[in-house]
Amino acid sequence: MIPFQPKVVGFLCNWCSYAGADSAGARKLEVAPEFSVIRMMCSGRVEPQMVLKAFSEGADSVAIFGCHFGDCHYQEGNHSAFIRYQLMRKMLGELGIEPERLRLEWISATEGVKFAAVVKEIVESTRQLGPLQTARVQEFSERAAGGER
Amino acid sequence: MSKPKVAFYWCASCGGCEEAILDLNEGILDVVAAVDIVFWPVAIDTKYADIEAMPDGSIDVCFINGAIRMDDQEHAVKLLRRKSKAVIAFGSCAHLGGIPGLSNLTDRVATLSRAYLEVPSLDNPNGVVPQKVTEVDGGELTLPGFWNRVLRLDEVIAVDYYLPGCPPQPDTISAAVQAILTGDLPPAGTVLSPGRNMCHECSRQASKPEKLKIAEIKRIHQVLVDPDECFLAKGVVCLGLATRSGCGEKCMSANMPCRGCYGPTDGIVDQGAAFLSAFAALLGPGDRPDLGEVVASFDDIAGTVYRFSLPASLAHRGNLMKNKGEPTP
Ligand code: SF4
Ligand code: SF4
Ligand code: FES
Repeated sequence: MIPFQPKVVGFLCNWCSYAGADSAGARKLEVAPEFSVIRMMCSGRVEPQMVLKAFSEGADSVAIFGCHFGDCHYQEGNHSAFIRYQLMRKMLGELGIEPERLRLEWISATEGVKFAAVVKEIVESTRQLGPLQTARVQEFSERAAGGER
Repeated sequence: MSKPKVAFYWCASCGGCEEAILDLNEGILDVVAAVDIVFWPVAIDTKYADIEAMPDGSIDVCFINGAIRMDDQEHAVKLLRRKSKAVIAFGSCAHLGGIPGLSNLTDRVATLSRAYLEVPSLDNPNGVVPQKVTEVDGGELTLPGFWNRVLRLDEVIAVDYYLPGCPPQPDTISAAVQAILTGDLPPAGTVLSPGRNMCHECSRQASKPEKLKIAEIKRIHQVLVDPDECFLAKGVVCLGLATRSGCGEKCMSANMPCRGCYGPTDGIVDQGAAFLSAFAALLGPGDRPDLGEVVASFDDIAGTVYRFSLPASLAHRGNLMKNKGEPTP
């Protein structure tokens, strides 16, 4: 059997986290290839719809990376991002999706080492979680396969 | 010129949409005068066989309310689709899944157990649960199959227009019927109600807060909201932030917050996600020390933000699993 290859979609803010990814590259750090980057102007531009769209198109985890509080180039974008993230984690749990599949991290332009480490950790924990075949869907499918009651 | 032929049908719905048509009051007489109603199980005596006997495409407009969860519903809407030039999804359930769609938080087995075995008011000592086939003296009795989840009408057949609302309000219906009778219709796929967001039309908008200072999300029975005060100012969730206008502020005028039955505005796929986006901006700043408690006090986020639209949500398992082969329905 082919081992499970997790797909992780990362939304990176242009000003800090994307630059942080660049700095990881400049230091020739290894960045997990399972992590696909989408560059956004700000973590506050990452709409919940985009996160859910990524899941519905096959992502096993979604990560949002932005500037640390106080560093957002649009002042409060990362504040909105953080609150949306909190609300969505709770909602995903209610929908039978492990909340740990949604991640948020603050990564500055100089934190290339942190970037590589966090990406690796997210990819590995997604590998542990397995594909987004939610526990609840599995349960439903098994019961449906069990036939009429 | 012969009058346009019109049909009405219901699927997984409560009957409220049928009443909404009668709520046109005298207006219904104009409708009846202008069209020829060929099929309407709730009001006139016609049979499936009458529809089967009609040539394909001979019904001009067919209004279907209710979501789809059973074999007979699928059969009827496929038949009506074949016989109709235009199909209109009537009401929230046909449009987005509606209240029956909330049952997609669980599955068929759990739904049947709850309804037939667990509800406290039940009297079912032998634990009888509906079966597709039951052997009785003298033969077999059959019931239509009950699916694992609820589908929107447009997941089962092609839909030309959507009439939103639980139920659609008389003005929404009248405007749509006028448009249909005069042939003055927007492009196919349109939701027949203005695309603007509810807050724009709400008489309480002046008191809508820039930031929510509340420490806790409240339910409507826990606080007194003044008749001209935005619900959000008291920490009561109002789906108006992400709901299409056109109902005439039905709930707000009864001092209830909008629950979102008109669905998302134009260009938005996922109403719940759009709501969370706007709501999060009001809750800031993100480093407020009580954020955890505020979020925890928001009970049943999924059931609140998708009250009428769970089967249309991107996070709904039907959409999440579409690439991964969940057996459907
Ligand atoms: S949130 Fe609700 S009460 Fe407040 S302005 Fe919008 S629709 Fe009106
Ligand atoms: S206020 Fe909201 S929930 Fe009430 S009828 Fe209008 S759209 Fe529907
Ligand atoms: S610009 Fe980086 S989070 Fe807003």
